[in-house]
Amino acid sequence: MIVAASAMSTLGLGLGLLLGLAARRFHVETPPLLGEIEKILPGTNCGACGFAGCAGLALAMSEGAAPITACPPGGREVALALAEIVGIEEGAEASIAGMAELQPMVAFIFEDHCTGCGKCFKRCPTDAIVGAAKQIHTVVMDACIGCDACVDICPTEAIVTRRKPRTLNNWYWDKPALAFGAAAPGRSAGTA
Amino acid sequence: MAFPSLAALLRPSQIFAVRGGVHPEPGKHLTAEAEVLDMPVPPLVRVPLQQHSGAMAEPLVRRDDIVLKGQLIGQARGAMSANIHAPTSGRVIAVGHFTAPHPSNLPIPTITIRSDGEDRWGPRLPRLRPEDANPDEIAAQIERAGIVGLGGAAFPAAVKLNQRRKYALDLLLLNGAECEPYLTCDDRLMREHAEGLVDGAGIMARALGVSRIVIAVEANKPEAIAALRRYKHALGIALSVAVVPTQYPMGSAKHLVLAVTGKETPARARTAELGVLVYNVGTAHAVHLAVRYGEPLISRILTVSGRAIARPANVRVLIGTPVADVIAFCGGLTAEPDRVLLGGPMMGLPIQNLRVPVVKGTCGILALSAAETRASAQMPCIRCGSCVQACPCGLTPFEMNARIHAGDLDGAVKVGLMDCIACGACAYACPSSIPLVQAFDHAKGKLAETQSRKHQQEETRRLAIARQAREAAMAEAKRQAMARRKAEMAARKATEPGAAVAELPPAQAAP
Ligand code: SF4
Ligand code: SF4
Ligand code: SF4
Ligand code: SF4
Repeated sequence: MIVAASAMSTLGLGLGLLLGLAARRFHVETPPLLGEIEKILPGTNCGACGFAGCAGLALAMSEGAAPITACPPGGREVALALAEIVGIEEGAEASIAGMAELQPMVAFIFEDHCTGCGKCFKRCPTDAIVGAAKQIHTVVMDACIGCDACVDICPTEAIVTRRKPRTLNNWYWDKPALAFGAAAPGRSAGTA
Repeated sequence: MAFPSLAALLRPSQIFAVRGGVHPEPGKHLTAEAEVLDMPVPPLVRVPLQQHSGAMAEPLVRRDDIVLKGQLIGQARGAMSANIHAPTSGRVIAVGHFTAPHPSNLPIPTITIRSDGEDRWGPRLPRLRPEDANPDEIAAQIERAGIVGLGGAAFPAAVKLNQRRKYALDLLLLNGAECEPYLTCDDRLMREHAEGLVDGAGIMARALGVSRIVIAVEANKPEAIAALRRYKHALGIALSVAVVPTQYPMGSAKHLVLAVTGKETPARARTAELGVLVYNVGTAHAVHLAVRYGEPLISRILTVSGRAIARPANVRVLIGTPVADVIAFCGGLTAEPDRVLLGGPMMGLPIQNLRVPVVKGTCGILALSAAETRASAQMPCIRCGSCVQACPCGLTPFEMNARIHAGDLDGAVKVGLMDCIACGACAYACPSSIPLVQAFDHAKGKLAETQSRKHQQEETRRLAIARQAREAAMAEAKRQAMARRKAEMAARKATEPGAAVAELPPAQAAP
């Protein structure tokens, strides 16, 4: 009885070890680059890049078929992060610099024009739009990534994307000009 | 330094040197000798629902409600927040948005009250005899009264008191340094209300369970020092007045702790880790009023000064009083000011709209003439090192500035941007008038924004995954329903073979 049990366990252990080694030995990697890129992309599958979701863009990018600036909602941050792992291709530097000017965008629904059809609601990849059927819909600003998917679908053109409004919580001082001209110590009056 | 130095043990009254610092034009003579004036109730008060660091209070009144002085109109929300009370009696005419007393000119939820001129008190808070109360009761009373730090940062006082649970505290340090030029409101408070202030300090010491109180005052306020020393033995516990050198920024909590105890607070740590809690002297007085008399924090003393003010003075005003009314009470403006600041000239914030209200953290209103703001042309950096010498935190401002302007914010962080206390000593000292601290303000804001965007991105990713999962589940459910229907149909076909011929194929379920 004891002999049988120990024989079985030894067998089990040995085979397990073998399997483990085999898994190590014959491990098939998903291309590491692809995984890395997917980790950086927003993962919201909004389609703004024109590829089949974030995975689609990641694949294209790992094959060099898409520029690292292809994800508009990701903006400059994502482009810079991608540049670190993919490397900057020719001319991309200028386009990243151009992205610096990009402001975070959010969708805004003109409530007078909204018929409550609910089409936008179905399209939004992050469930940023709230509102029951036949009722006016609104956008939850913190969840919206500004992908424009809802803008394109709205039959009454009730949706626009605009710059994310500044609030007291996200306001900060502009960078002081390095112009050598009039300046005064202390904080000068800023603009909103 | 985690251990008190030998010198500190031998001579507990010794003051320790603080590196850096500057000596700006004090400008305190404008208001230091005048007694605090009580400003009459203004016709309109606008009370923002967020006057403290932390979460906004929730409004408890609606338009056309009649409120009494001291009535709770905004309820603290969450662990880090503060109650808001009606500063006078009257009718609520709006619960909406109004321009915040902030350089951005952005709106903030605000309750506007038209006062009835009677200034009628509602029921006050239940009084407490601190001698019989336990620490929790005292903390609860301070929380009820909506007291926040009156030095400017407006940190909820009760939340700070709760650090007693986390750290072993042994010293309550009251900050009466008032190192900002022009400001004299703490000076006047210490001279005129020393007794109440010391009583408040005793109450807080009791709540904290500390055995020692030190009130630190800069050497340029001899009357205040004398007034406080008169009450040295009023409490059962050791109280001393430490005279610290007149130097900006002595009033920063960490530097004050260094000057008084000789212990340096590590960067990004709290003074509580050294066993010290720092409160402004005004906060101690507010605690005295709240505990002994049940009065919530609805007024404060502030300095109205600057050469563009006709009659500079210290004034006790109701929270919510428009800045323009306070200036009018002080005789109005004599000339077009170059800049109007809330707070002191070094760290105060410029405002564009004089109709914004005074809030709990407003310690001064300064209307500075062009002569006082010393406008001068910006020149290139000459690597003179004046900024390095001036920095109380041992940073290299010119280097941080260069990195920020090169767009290398991470590099600026590496050389200590996050340890900068935004005191402005570097910009003051710079002979080339380079806006150093302004660049640091900008960079910190930008970094915070990047942080929050990253956080938001994680949130949206989570939302997207949730949505994909939900869609997959819905598709699966639909598929199963179809399969079930098919099976049913097949079963029916089997039992009544004749009927099936007439039946149409099942309609596609509507999407
Ligand atoms: S698609 Fe346009 S009309 Fe339809 S619910 Fe959305 S916003 Fe309203
Ligand atoms: S609300 Fe519109 S723009 Fe914003 S994430 Fe949803 S679909 Fe995109
Ligand atoms: S603003 Fe910052 S860098 Fe400049 S002196 Fe103060 S702590 Fe140092
Ligand atoms: S004080 Fe001004 S000029 Fe001198 S090193 Fe610093 S930034 Fe440069």
